[in-house]
Amino acid sequence: MKTDRAFTRAIPAALVLTGMVLTLLFIVAPLIVIFHSAFSKGLSFYVDSIGDPDTLHAIELTLLTALIAVPVNIAFGIAAAWAITKFSFRGKKLLTSLIELPLSMSPIVAGVSYLFLYGMQGWLGPWLQERDLQVMFALPGIILVTMFVTSPFVARELIPLMQAQGNDQEEAATTLGASGWQMFRRVTLPNIRWALLYGAVLCTARAVGEFGAVSVVSGNVRGETNTLPLHIELVYHDYNVVGAFAAATTLTVIAMLTLVIKTFIELRIRKAGQSTTSL
Amino acid sequence: MLTRAPRPRIRRVLPGFGVTLGGTLLYLAIIVLLPVAALLLKSAGVGWEGFWNLLSNPRALASIRVTVVAALLATLFNAVYGLLMAWILVRYEFPGKRFFDAVIDLPFALPTAVAGIALAALYARNGWFGGALEPAGIKVAYTVLGVAVAMAFTSAPFVIRSVQPVLEDIQPELEEVAATLGASHLGVFHRIILPMIAPAYITGCALAFARSLGEFGAVIFIAGNLPMKTEIAALLVFIRLEEFDYESAAAIAVVLLLIAFITLLVTNAIQFWQARRSGAIA
Repeated sequence: MKTDRAFTRAIPAALVLTGMVLTLLFIVAPLIVIFHSAFSKGLSFYVDSIGDPDTLHAIELTLLTALIAVPVNIAFGIAAAWAITKFSFRGKKLLTSLIELPLSMSPIVAGVSYLFLYGMQGWLGPWLQERDLQVMFALPGIILVTMFVTSPFVARELIPLMQAQGNDQEEAATTLGASGWQMFRRVTLPNIRWALLYGAVLCTARAVGEFGAVSVVSGNVRGETNTLPLHIELVYHDYNVVGAFAAATTLTVIAMLTLVIKTFIELRIRKAGQSTTSL
Repeated sequence: MLTRAPRPRIRRVLPGFGVTLGGTLLYLAIIVLLPVAALLLKSAGVGWEGFWNLLSNPRALASIRVTVVAALLATLFNAVYGLLMAWILVRYEFPGKRFFDAVIDLPFALPTAVAGIALAALYARNGWFGGALEPAGIKVAYTVLGVAVAMAFTSAPFVIRSVQPVLEDIQPELEEVAATLGASHLGVFHRIILPMIAPAYITGCALAFARSLGEFGAVIFIAGNLPMKTEIAALLVFIRLEEFDYESAAAIAVVLLLIAFITLLVTNAIQFWQARRSGAIA
């Protein structure tokens, strides 16, 4: 009887310990090895790697891509969530699945799809060529495919939240004479701001880190159409492993910031949830 | 049976229906549907027989087999690891819990190429893990196991984040009653908890599997990419493109797309069936 109780008390400890050790080995160790490798040739090598013109250009291109793709997908996410949660119409479920479609598609498949649309062997390629418009293997292609891959992130955070919040507050505002924009800014936006921010953060993290889809459409021209993840691959295959890790630390820091912001926002949402339930 | 109450026709009080729905559909059509249609049409252009001929190429078949086997291994690992993590994060207090809860999402935030080079460094023969495992006879880098490790890493959060909220909602009273009625710990878990989390659990596993099938960036650095042995389907698509063999690239890409679709369809069907069954009990 006594050993039985000791046994049941040991189970939680064993489970927690197993979970912690597995997480440290499986998820935390890769994080540590990135920084360990990046600084393995000393600080000056690290600074030189980051300051390399090709690296700087890749960072610039990556930021530019995110700067265009993320705001567009924020607008798309808000519009989609508004249409889906505030009104009833046929085919709503299908629309929701369509919005989530890019999440379950391989990035390579996404890239190939764009190639068969805008590339020379695709539908629009010859037409674009005649007008001297370069989409594939150029910046427009990189931005378009990034928009594809990151399109679900904001909508996906907003839809369940706005569904749970219902229409009452907005309807009251409209009935009291608020214009559409006033109602959105004063009622909806404050209610959804944390989820919106969270969606935007996830969207940004993916936009700066997308690799597979972009590598199909970029053409990999060093110093021209190489985004940061592609640049990392290139440097890695140049047998400059330490340089690759140095460049990778920039994206790793962004990823870690994402996690910190996410944790902060979740605390906020939890607090907000508690204050509304206690009302 | 399934009689739907007629929905009362409410006058739309809120503004913006036309603009937001129209904008959403237009954006989806241009950004998502048009490219996917282009891919499907490209592969349809070769006809059924041509499609089969392209796929029955031994290298293509091998790449699909490697991808599916590794994705299954990765999902199996995550099914166990994910359930364990969801359970301890919901049920127990332990030091560093907030850190572990946050760091679980790292695979979603970390770019896949960065994950790829980090895993390759860890599991290579001279790496921290590879150096310990290879003397024991376990080779990870440049094997299917390595492919599975990369896939498992990038899809790890799916199971945890699907199961966690459902576990949080289960009332402890339910388990206490069962325990009072004489059910053992395993009995409570098996009879009470597992059925309640099953739909979310299955969804999480299916999402992890679909993601693993398509993973590219994390895999190619650790896999060694030996044709017929450790070459994944997504990489073969890429190689065929570089060889200007667009038909083969399209065919393999369509297979990847279809397997992901079928996985998600089956999951939806299971959830629908589950919801109806539990609805019938209640």
